[in-house]
Amino acid sequence: MKKNKWGMIALGLVIFLIMVTFPFWYGKGSKTPPPVLSLDTPVIHEMKEKRCVEDTSFMRANHMKMLNAWRDEAVREGHRQYTAKDGRTYEKSLSGTCIQCHSNREQFCTRCHDYVGAKPTCFNCHVVPGEVNK
Amino acid sequence: MTSNRRDFLKIAGASALTLMTPAVFRPVWAQDITRIPGQSITPAKALTAKRWAMAVDPLKCRDGCVDCIAACHATHNVPDFGNRKDEIKWIWTEPFAAAFSGENHAYYGQSIQNMQLPVLCNHCANPPCVRVCPTKATFKRPDGIVMMDYHRCIGCRLCMAACPYGARSMNYRDPRPFIAKINPDFPTRTKGVVEKCNFCEERLAKGLLPACVLACEQKALVFGDVENPASEIRLALGKRFNLRRRAHLGTAPQVYYIL
Amino acid sequence: MLEKALKGSRGYWVWIAFLLAVVATGFFFYLRQLDYGLGVTGMSRDVSWGLYIAQFTFLVGVAASAVMLVLPYYLHDYKAFGKITVLGEFLAVSAVIMCVLFVFVDLGQPSRVMNVLLHPAPTSILFWDMIVLSGYLLINIIIGWVILSCNRKEIPPPQWVKQLIYLSIPWAISIHTVTAFIYAGLPGRSFWLTAIMAPRFLASAFASGPALLIIVCLILKRYGRFDAGEKAIQALSKIVAYALAVSIFFVLVEVFTVFYSGMPEHEAPFIYLFAGLEGHHNLVPWMWTSAVLAFAALGMLILPPIRRKEGLLAIACIAVFVSLWIEKGLGLVVTGFIPSPLEQITEYFPTGTEIAITLGVWAVGFLILTLFYQIFVAVRSGIDGVRHDEAAANMKD
Repeated sequence: MKKNKWGMIALGLVIFLIMVTFPFWYGKGSKTPPPVLSLDTPVIHEMKEKRCVEDTSFMRANHMKMLNAWRDEAVREGHRQYTAKDGRTYEKSLSGTCIQCHSNREQFCTRCHDYVGAKPTCFNCHVVPGEVNK
Repeated sequence: MTSNRRDFLKIAGASALTLMTPAVFRPVWAQDITRIPGQSITPAKALTAKRWAMAVDPLKCRDGCVDCIAACHATHNVPDFGNRKDEIKWIWTEPFAAAFSGENHAYYGQSIQNMQLPVLCNHCANPPCVRVCPTKATFKRPDGIVMMDYHRCIGCRLCMAACPYGARSMNYRDPRPFIAKINPDFPTRTKGVVEKCNFCEERLAKGLLPACVLACEQKALVFGDVENPASEIRLALGKRFNLRRRAHLGTAPQVYYIL
Repeated sequence: MLEKALKGSRGYWVWIAFLLAVVATGFFFYLRQLDYGLGVTGMSRDVSWGLYIAQFTFLVGVAASAVMLVLPYYLHDYKAFGKITVLGEFLAVSAVIMCVLFVFVDLGQPSRVMNVLLHPAPTSILFWDMIVLSGYLLINIIIGWVILSCNRKEIPPPQWVKQLIYLSIPWAISIHTVTAFIYAGLPGRSFWLTAIMAPRFLASAFASGPALLIIVCLILKRYGRFDAGEKAIQALSKIVAYALAVSIFFVLVEVFTVFYSGMPEHEAPFIYLFAGLEGHHNLVPWMWTSAVLAFAALGMLILPPIRRKEGLLAIACIAVFVSLWIEKGLGLVVTGFIPSPLEQITEYFPTGTEIAITLGVWAVGFLILTLFYQIFVAVRSGIDGVRHDEAAANMKD
């Protein structure tokens, strides 16, 4: 009886370990190519110097934090103007600033979010102009 | 900055001029702003006040006119579900007996009984909705506007119970499919959050008066800084008898009805 | 001790399976609500709280009522309750868990629930309610578990638990007071705007909670191999009788104030409840049922010969529970919205989905309660098997 109990405990632990580590060994070996993000929009084409609010590596790593900060500052404090590191100023606005250039949500935002498994809810409310004028 | 109508026209005129001037002659404040198409904000243009308020002159309203409602609801992507249960509204009309139930009596004539008054969020100086909100999703700005942060609202609806004016609506379902034409300049809401009139704070930031005020051909709505003795709204409130809805509750509502 | 919940009779397992089925059904419908939004319920722009918040309010009372066992035993050394204080504490635990679940299923954006902690708003009564409820939950889990463990080992409970128990007494009062303040502090809702709201809540809680405990004790006696002792049950029934009397008195006080002052804003909701307003009388039959049950139960409970008969006592307790459930679980919350601030009367009908979710949450509560009580009975029968004479002594005095 006593031996049986320990056997059951060990079996339970093994099953638990397998389930916890499942995501690691399940995807092993298979490779999903990183997404190609498109900058092919009319507004970006017209820009002489192709640069975002901040430099690309910063934006890639921090755009979510930046948008969260913009959101709180614009909505709650009424501070709507963002001064970039290079001194240029922008309106703190997803629809009014970001989406004006990145008007191709599917090829830019969604592709990468899908790849990394992020599910931001921004676009439940915020509107991409090109997507609504049906 | 003052914000009565004359000042507003001056600003609007000046802003219109800057649009016509070539880029080289842009005013100083605009020079370092990177031009992004569609971007229309400059802090200097924003309309500001110590306390925003509205005066409604319902006697000026045309019978059956819904211009203010249509303008507001189109601007703010307010959905139309076609039923009373899920209904969402920011500004609408009510008969005198409903809007001022305490002041009503049986001897008012037909003209007063049939009068339809525009009602909306009163942007109370002592707002119960702000007091009760458990996440500060509803808050009062220094300029008196009672604002909703739709990002933060958890949809508990305590504010709806607290509001003595019935000014708040809940998104009982996804509103997007029920918006006739989405205005991309203003977000829609997501299901599960409460919403209400915001005194067009997004337009004030761009130097524009509220949509309902501009839409009213009869000029029945006056909007301005009630703390500024020279403002149009102060002059109107000082000269004519006016009432606020359920003012005895101590909420200090900032929508005044000139009667 | 937990393993004791895994051993039970056939009836026990059938009951567990039934509860699990109700929970699963509720969960299925909750997923639908999550997908569609709160529009699947009967709530509307005018009546923006319904069954969920009403159940929450009612169950806060049930949770608070544990104090009616703890206080006589620990402050007045009333020995008859010694065996069953743990039952009260576990009842409180499952009731608070139901409360939390009812608030949760009522949220439009449940994924953002942590905002209450991330952006705390001390001016909001809901914020304080969250604090007192979670504190009360924690306190009762600890007390119930430690006392039961000590019972099993037949050692006296440690001193620090005593301190916690003393703390739990005012804390129980606070949960229902704070919950009443959610309603009583709103300027535009005349029906709720009354200082007697918190006392009313407490009085009805101290009737409905102990009534439920009596029912549970009688069930345990009949099917669960546990006898709380007649003395304890009779003491409880007296508590129910007095609390019910006070509760009825408070309602009548309210009715006097409202109608004698004659202020239309305060009268309208009461007229809606008991007579119907402008052709709307959804709740009228319910409220009269509640009133009749309350008076009938009071009549039965204040007469010692009736309340001493277990069968009649059970009927009286069921009447109390149903009556107060109608009063708080249906009448109190919905009527606060009727008429609306714009003099509209919108009636509220809970939908099938809403009822299924509500039953699901109740089933979660009863499941937790059943598991706790199963453990409790197993522990008790271990003790009582040894000390049968003590139980007999209890019965005598």
